Amino acid sequence: MERPFVEISGVAMRYGGVEGTLALQNATLSVGKGEFIAVVGPSGCGKSTLMKLVTGLWPATAGTLLVAGQEVDGPLSIAGMAFQNPTLLPWRNILDNVMLPLEVVEPHRRQLRAQRAMYEARAQDLLKLVGLGGFDKKFPHELSGGMQQRASLCRALIHEPALLMLDEPFAALDIFTREDLWAVLQGVWMARKPTVILVTHDLREAAYLADRVLVMSSRPGRIIAERVVDLPRPRTLETTYKPEFVSLVHDLREHISAARKGEEVVHGQ
Amino acid sequence: MASDAVLPAAAAPAAASNDATMSPEAMRRLQAMAVAQRRRRRLQAWLPWLVIVGMFVVWEIGVHAFNVQQFVLPAPSAIAESMVKWWVPLLDNSWQTLMTTLVGFFLAVVFGLLLGVAIGSSTLLYHGLYPLLIGFNSVPKVAVVPILVIWFGIGTVPAIITAFMISFFPIVVNVATGIATVEPELRDVLRALGARPSDIIRKVGLPRAMPYFFASLKIAITVAFVGSIIAETVAANKGIGHLMILASSRFDVPLVFAGLIVTAVMGVAMYVAAVAIENRTTGWAMRGQNDQQVTVPGV
Repeated sequence: MERPFVEISGVAMRYGGVEGTLALQNATLSVGKGEFIAVVGPSGCGKSTLMKLVTGLWPATAGTLLVAGQEVDGPLSIAGMAFQNPTLLPWRNILDNVMLPLEVVEPHRRQLRAQRAMYEARAQDLLKLVGLGGFDKKFPHELSGGMQQRASLCRALIHEPALLMLDEPFAALDIFTREDLWAVLQGVWMARKPTVILVTHDLREAAYLADRVLVMSSRPGRIIAERVVDLPRPRTLETTYKPEFVSLVHDLREHISAARKGEEVVHGQ
Repeated sequence: MASDAVLPAAAAPAAASNDATMSPEAMRRLQAMAVAQRRRRRLQAWLPWLVIVGMFVVWEIGVHAFNVQQFVLPAPSAIAESMVKWWVPLLDNSWQTLMTTLVGFFLAVVFGLLLGVAIGSSTLLYHGLYPLLIGFNSVPKVAVVPILVIWFGIGTVPAIITAFMISFFPIVVNVATGIATVEPELRDVLRALGARPSDIIRKVGLPRAMPYFFASLKIAITVAFVGSIIAETVAANKGIGHLMILASSRFDVPLVFAGLIVTAVMGVAMYVAAVAIENRTTGWAMRGQNDQQVTVPGV
């Protein structure tokens, strides 16, 4: 079998020295290449910590972290990230915002000047893919929150990262916009097949988008359950009303409730 | 079910009439609002000039009505007369002051930007240097001028250095604040891409600090005048401060006031220039009422 793209084993993270808070404990998971996984859990369970560790922004205090067979010992330029806030640069228009990673990541950084037209066309294609065609010259403050988040997604994808890390990217949006963007994200993923790790506390979002959902316990975070979502793609809003979907969300919800109380639901009982 | 089907149909004509044909009543109201707004804008543009002219008129009348002595408070007409009479030395000395101020100010901009970037991007430097900076800034600049005179002699150099010292601090503090308050998430986005610290400063820190920087320029240019004039009144043989000291020692109070007014005009002119540069370069940070939010159905 092919080696998993992301392998995390026994990873722990403690903030603020020896006496600090243990945010993550004995986290072990693996993500296959091109797989879409979602990590859900009660708030403060170390989901975001996991993101920071996988992208190499912070070093783990214990355990090993492998991405693409390489030990993570610093920021990974093969990762694209999007957060709850769009974090677009207000002085750049949408196109320039989307192209920001190209000015940083090699080898694009070297080629950007010479092949600007090619890269711009790539950015325009991405913008069209998320429904922002024709908005490239607008500035962030001229767009709605949902549109800014779409642009932020484009920025995470422009350098064609093999790994896409999404930290509650839709949490600040209203439910209708969010559901629209689920479809957009699913479309992007199906078209390009990056490996995606999505952190969220929206269980419907996790079930709609992911191939596999991991449930984390409350602090210190551990992975306490795992559910494979074998619903056919592309999934639609209709899918979310199917009994299999509803019972999956229900099942996840029970795990979360148990996690918040601090006990595990014993598998299969 | 039936009512559901009726609702959109009933709503449609109302929405259409709203867009295409406006009732004459609504049209009139809209036009009246536009006219009122234009009148308001015109008033806003003229108001500063009206206030300034009004102040001079009240001043003139007051001086004559209360029969104030000229060496206490000269009337604006007397000041104007003195300006005409002494226009050559006034121009000569204000040119000197303007040049000293600008040289000091540009030095402050260059070093302020450099130090601001350094302090803003490194917590270590910030903690190390900030107390010393505050210390320097709290020393009254008048007290430093005699020392500068000992070092450089009477003349232009002490004035330039005083202007520099007094306008340096606001620039450093503002630039440092702009850079230090970059959103951590934004920094993470770039760091996760493997950006070097210099990339983050260049792509995010500096542009983000620009509105702070220009805000500080407005303060810095006005206080730079304070600095150079302080030095000129203490130790110089040229400049508007020197001229004012000479005039007051001769009890030529209208000329002292003429010097004040020339200084104010220069200060305002430099301020306006700073604002113009600010508006051109950091328009993105000033979202006025004129901005229109784009709304797209479904998003």
